[in-house]
Amino acid sequence: MEICDKTIHEIKGMLAKKEILPSEIMKSALSRMEKTGKFASFIKTFPEEALKYAEEQDSAPLKGILSGIPVAIKDNMCIEGKETTCASHILRGFVAPYTATVVQRLLNEGAIVIGKTNMDEFAMGSSTETSFFGNTLNPWNKDMVPGGSSGGSATSVSLGEALGSLGSDTGGSIRQPASLCGLVGLKPTYGRVSRYGLVAFASSLDQIGPFAKDVEDAAILLKAISGYDAKDSTSVNAEVPDYPEEIKKGIKGLRIGVPGEYFLEGIDDEVGVCVRKAIKDLEHCGAEVKNISLPRTEYAVATYYIIATAEASSNLARYDGVHYGLREKAGNIIDLYKKTRSAGFGDEVKRRIILGTYVLSSGYYDAYYLKAQKVRTLIKEDFSKAFGEVDVIVTPTSPTTAWKIGEKTDDPLKMYLSDIYTISANLAGIPAVSLNCGFSAGLPVGLQLQAAHFNEAVLLRTAYAFEQMNDYHKKRAFSEK
Amino acid sequence: MEYEIVIGLEVHVQLNTLSKMFCGCSTKFGAEPNTQTCPVCLGLPGVLPVMNEEAIRLTVKTGLAFGCKVSNFCKFDRKNYYYPDLPKNYQISQYDKPLNVGGSVPIRIKGEKKAIKLTRIHLEEDAGKLVHNICGGSGVDLNRTGLPLMEIVSEPDIQSPDEAYAYLVSLKQGLKYLGVSDCNMEEGSLRCDANISIRPKGVLQLGTKTEIKNLNSFANVKKSLEYEAKRQEKALGGGERIIQETRLWDAVNNKTVSMRSKEEAHDYRYFPEPDLVPVVLDDEYFRKVAGEIPEMPDIRYERFIAEYKLSEYDAGVMTSDRDLADFFEETSKQGVDPKKVANWIMGDFLKEINTAKVGICDVKVKSPDLASLIKLIDEGTISGKIAKDVFAEMFVSGKKPETVIREKGLIQISDEKSIEGVIESVLKSNSKVVDDYKSGKKSAAGFMVGLIMKASKGKANPKLVNELLKKKLSGL
Repeated sequence: MEICDKTIHEIKGMLAKKEILPSEIMKSALSRMEKTGKFASFIKTFPEEALKYAEEQDSAPLKGILSGIPVAIKDNMCIEGKETTCASHILRGFVAPYTATVVQRLLNEGAIVIGKTNMDEFAMGSSTETSFFGNTLNPWNKDMVPGGSSGGSATSVSLGEALGSLGSDTGGSIRQPASLCGLVGLKPTYGRVSRYGLVAFASSLDQIGPFAKDVEDAAILLKAISGYDAKDSTSVNAEVPDYPEEIKKGIKGLRIGVPGEYFLEGIDDEVGVCVRKAIKDLEHCGAEVKNISLPRTEYAVATYYIIATAEASSNLARYDGVHYGLREKAGNIIDLYKKTRSAGFGDEVKRRIILGTYVLSSGYYDAYYLKAQKVRTLIKEDFSKAFGEVDVIVTPTSPTTAWKIGEKTDDPLKMYLSDIYTISANLAGIPAVSLNCGFSAGLPVGLQLQAAHFNEAVLLRTAYAFEQMNDYHKKRAFSEK
Repeated sequence: MEYEIVIGLEVHVQLNTLSKMFCGCSTKFGAEPNTQTCPVCLGLPGVLPVMNEEAIRLTVKTGLAFGCKVSNFCKFDRKNYYYPDLPKNYQISQYDKPLNVGGSVPIRIKGEKKAIKLTRIHLEEDAGKLVHNICGGSGVDLNRTGLPLMEIVSEPDIQSPDEAYAYLVSLKQGLKYLGVSDCNMEEGSLRCDANISIRPKGVLQLGTKTEIKNLNSFANVKKSLEYEAKRQEKALGGGERIIQETRLWDAVNNKTVSMRSKEEAHDYRYFPEPDLVPVVLDDEYFRKVAGEIPEMPDIRYERFIAEYKLSEYDAGVMTSDRDLADFFEETSKQGVDPKKVANWIMGDFLKEINTAKVGICDVKVKSPDLASLIKLIDEGTISGKIAKDVFAEMFVSGKKPETVIREKGLIQISDEKSIEGVIESVLKSNSKVVDDYKSGKKSAAGFMVGLIMKASKGKANPKLVNELLKKKLSGL
């Protein structure tokens, strides 16, 4: 097995015993990157710089919990001195003059950033097909999409180009590509991880989280990036548990809820089979399984597309050609805005800006935005009630496995429905994780676990218990032989 | 037809915090363009605002002082519009839940007391500044972006340009008493837009209003309102319709000119700012802030009249500035006649301050020293005229009056023998004047007093000089 196919915790052990050097880890990842280039995980890579840092670490004492670990960052997080594009033409040439808090925290723990990953433009999409730089391919099958919007971050880990990566999840953009690529993808509680330096899509829904090969790696990455940040008013000053320790506590007596609303029509048969088997496995681990109800589930997608687009229309107003990024030639300021934004944004982004502008406009605010906020409150209530009865809610992550490239690009509604199981967690602000629970026709199937606010530990404990009974997480998408 | 004027004012006040509303950048005025900026106030991708607690406190303080209903829930909203000096293309402001609602600002006009009602006082961030025609293009200075602004909106409760002027003076005075802003119009820390309409007397319905922007002094507010009221009256009188529009004050030609039509209302698409969590303020906080509010100028004005028996005019001047009022009170409390204190302050004190262009706090003359000076006059140690010179020296050096008098040997001569001696010698060396007097030119006596005072270097007690000279001349 190549070094880059190992997990972070395995490599940490080897580093501690001095069986390996940071530069060897980096060389393995960079060599893999050369072989997997056609999957297009990255928008930009920094091989020389990364290798230089790794070599510097060879002779230095281990710096932190991610010492010498190559990581990849979604291209909507700022790194000082590096171009941040959000996979959009409009941000071409924008070099961030500061570093996002999450990235800084990884660097403080000794991680080395090897590149900025591909994504749906401004994180709007479910397949990484809306990127201005072209789409990313699914590591398990090159004809398929990797999911989105953090498709690049998912494939980079799945392919062994990075040992861990960060994505952002507004409506499922970490969990859904994790599901389609067979990884662990975690969306933390809103407020657990600082958003400072994450280019905003929908501020009240966005959350940064890790991609990892297995649960223990996800726990290590989550520990590194969590915690209060004075630069983000929405970040919460809550204690950060020692996740890598927490996961091993077992799930005996844990109450697991299965919401009937998540197993209705639209779900792929094989996906249903895998998820039901996973629930059985959890029961075997000692958990108590209960049927529960989340009655407002059917309104989640509509509510989400009102709130998310409303916030996006405002967040994306700053891209106007005046201060940075693309600027089209124009005779006056109004034309400058029009021409720059027409040329700079792709179709999906434009569609959402128009929708968001519409739902916020004075004649429609009450009918759409205000009503959506009220429904959001009801959805939160559903979860609060459910978490009075159970500790973890189990559902599929995505109704289907990865689909063919181009299959849904002409049908936005169909595309939006691929996030049907993940969106509610963003509306409620609760943590959720996706992990691999089997394969269907050679493509990974994702299991989603959701827990109450700030209860990431119980999610990871449950996921870890499941992982111990199976070996899906040990399968690698890419083989060098 | 007789018309009545309806005026409402929107005043933007820059709060005197050290840092900006949502980031740590300096608020100092006059720096090189774009040197006081950071990713947050530049609105760069990925940044988040963090609220300035001091700005909240100052706004609450203002609300409590003007009798507003202060909210214990503070929420911000986004006001979306495109403009090149607005880096995010939305402004963080307060929409449906302003910090302060209601309240009033007291004014006095022609001896009458009136309270101008307020609609609201809310908090928002300032935009940047466009600088046109640099090298044939336009530039943006974003130093001002994100400065904390308090917007004070009055009800259409102002009935004349004079009232508008009085309102602004009173408001500024109150804000300066509170220490929430320096209210410097030249530096843009106080800006005013005026809304004005007219309607036939007795009619309840409001007429179509126009908004006058770019008013850079209180005098211009008054002048522009006077002009605009006449213009509207003339238009209506001539059967024209008033168009709702924004007008600019052309201070060179003393008239308002149309800037843009406002017939199409903007849709700002306000919605709650998702990057800021609401702030909940409790009664304990309000009590603490209320404890920091000083006695406000209108209350102090009334107290000065009652307690120190000042005239309305004097009380008005004494309370025009908090530091000045403090100085007056401190001095008066040292056992000197308050009226004399007021006279000294309105006379030499303010004259020296205006000439030297210093703030009242920086004046070297301390209140016990002014009190001593007045006592020295009362006791006859120095003459009122010498006291003026002594004060001038005190103002420059900060020395005590006794020290100045001692150093310059300025003690008044009240000794009859000495004065008689001076009179003798002056009369002796000015025989021509004496002859004039004798020949019936009575005004020569006054001239002689002048000569005697001069010979005594101003130190002779003028009352005694007059008496003794009179006696002397009558004996001739």
